[in-house]
Amino acid sequence: MNLSDHLPAFLVMIPLLGAFLTPFAGSFNRGTRNAFFVTFSGLTLLTAIALCLSTLNGDVLVYVMGGESFALTLPSGMTYPVRILFEIDAFGSLPILCIAIASFAGALFSLDYMDRFSGWKRFLALYFLMTAGALGMCATGDMFNFFVFVEISSIASFGLVAFWRDKPEAVEASFKYMLISQIAAMLLLLAIGTLYGRYDAVNMAALSAMAGSGTLERVAMGLIIAVLAFKCGSFPMHTWMPDTYAEAPSGVTCLLVTVSQASFYGLVRVCYSIFPGLAAGGVVAWMLIALGVMSMFFGVLMAVVQHEIKRLMGYHSISQVGYMLLAMGVGLLALGSPEAVETYGRAAIRGGIFHSVNYSFYKALLFLCAGSLYYATGTRDLDKMGGLARSMPWTAGMFVVAAAAISGLPPFNGFVSKWMIYESSFAVHPILPAVAMITSVLTLASFVKVFQAAFLGPAKAKFVAVREVPYGMLAGMAVLTVMTLLLSLFPGWFTSGFFESAVNALVNHQSYVRAVMGGM
Amino acid sequence: MKPLSVIVTTVSDVFAWFMIVFGVYVILNGHSTPGGGFQGGAIVATFLSFMLVAHGGKRFLAWVNGGMYGLLEFVGLMAFFLFGCLGFPNSFFHNSIAVAQGARPLSEWLPYCGTISLMNAAVGFEVVGALSLVVLYMYSSIRMVDTGAGMGGERGHDRFDR
Repeated sequence: MNLSDHLPAFLVMIPLLGAFLTPFAGSFNRGTRNAFFVTFSGLTLLTAIALCLSTLNGDVLVYVMGGESFALTLPSGMTYPVRILFEIDAFGSLPILCIAIASFAGALFSLDYMDRFSGWKRFLALYFLMTAGALGMCATGDMFNFFVFVEISSIASFGLVAFWRDKPEAVEASFKYMLISQIAAMLLLLAIGTLYGRYDAVNMAALSAMAGSGTLERVAMGLIIAVLAFKCGSFPMHTWMPDTYAEAPSGVTCLLVTVSQASFYGLVRVCYSIFPGLAAGGVVAWMLIALGVMSMFFGVLMAVVQHEIKRLMGYHSISQVGYMLLAMGVGLLALGSPEAVETYGRAAIRGGIFHSVNYSFYKALLFLCAGSLYYATGTRDLDKMGGLARSMPWTAGMFVVAAAAISGLPPFNGFVSKWMIYESSFAVHPILPAVAMITSVLTLASFVKVFQAAFLGPAKAKFVAVREVPYGMLAGMAVLTVMTLLLSLFPGWFTSGFFESAVNALVNHQSYVRAVMGGM
Repeated sequence: MKPLSVIVTTVSDVFAWFMIVFGVYVILNGHSTPGGGFQGGAIVATFLSFMLVAHGGKRFLAWVNGGMYGLLEFVGLMAFFLFGCLGFPNSFFHNSIAVAQGARPLSEWLPYCGTISLMNAAVGFEVVGALSLVVLYMYSSIRMVDTGAGMGGERGHDRFDR
């Protein structure tokens, strides 16, 4: 058996096996439990790296669950696939890699962060399920399966957000998220059912090959876009995000950031690969641009006035998602004309993908830094902190890297991706980069405030005993810091090696269809 | 939750067992008739709900062993995973032990439809365990809210905000 052929299956199997084995792990001692957590997260990461590398040359990996052969998409002369399919191209492999890295970093961080709490069995099971759900969302090539993975990651996240069940705020945040999320899930199911009723198929490539441009398709597409925009935290459907991100344990928030990116992946896949004819160059593109601009601006405005560190970062997440939606909206607008694609469309898509990857790392790192401050001081209120840079130099250093990256300061990676978005959106209308730049300035102001409030100033008497956080937590943050620095130091290499292939995969959606449907 | 009348408990004592038999039937015939592991497992799991409603919470908690249902769930999940792995090297979930029409089975003990019915049974185990635990935990949480017993005081890393 050639193991590399089965990588797409292993990607979901490993975290699922981790979740299934947790009743054993719960009875282990501390060391074995930690080794179990890190081993399964590490194996998932290795699989994701291998997958990502094998899609770089433009190959589309297809895996048929239960097939005579893993590559037999159309058995016995069928016209469209009926089995559960995984389909991973260069665009899909990027969020997969980000999720696996964030999951690994969150696992390292949680070893010490969650050490003194009970309920490890449940924590581990839900953590692995959430990882499996998010990875499955990016790997699947089947709409119904996508819904199933959305539900797996959502239900696991409800439990993890309310993990500290004695905290009313955590239970409230989880309940709020659950309520809104379930309504969204039903709408998603309704849209998928509509498409199934119309075409007798739920395979993404088959739908892409058959989809027409009637009212039914427009309604289904509108519902899917609305649901996924909600799941990635776009304004005005953002209300769950600050609460959820603030109340979840920080290792979980780190993973939640990338789960929202899986929803963003789904949104882009629907617009670019399944309904490119409907979405390109028209209302949908402008809708994404409008959602992006509003998310960027209102997100950062709400963030600036916050005094609670994780809540502040939650509002910044809305703002950052706005940048990506803006970039993808501009790319979609250009997709209607081949000339526009070459002039500014490819740059916009490249910027959007680059920013999505950057966001996954620096935002996850910021949440881990916030978790470290909470762990060390016992508060998340910025007004009560101060002078912590002396006692927590490593955390302070890594926070500076993440804050500079999110604020778009050169030479950090956030600057590169934002610059691509400014340049490309200028071609559509000058007001778009203007709003994006103002947002960036406000982001910088906000993070200067956080750094000054938490790390600078005179040491406070009640924090005399505060020391640097344990090595496990530092290791989790270090993984994400190294990724942020690598993306900052070698943006050209990452762009030509990774992001360009992803842009090609999105612009030429036929390659996604051909991988499953053959020469159609 | 208080016990109901003698009529209800007597009828429940008789009828609840039929739910188990019916649930197992639905699980075992899932490959050829409507139903399967999830549906049959859900029917079997109604047994605990019957017991709780008819006999009341006190007797219910004395009877139920949460660990046993946890074990059922674990065995079901692991069996499902292993039956899926039987499909290698063709593909995950491939039905490699299904018997073609007219061919001889590998063993008299293996079902002709292959892993489908085995996976139905695995899902059945899992769902019986999981849904029974859901009933148990939902009832336990009602008691927790009423009495405060079982609350661990784990409010995260809060120290100064309390």
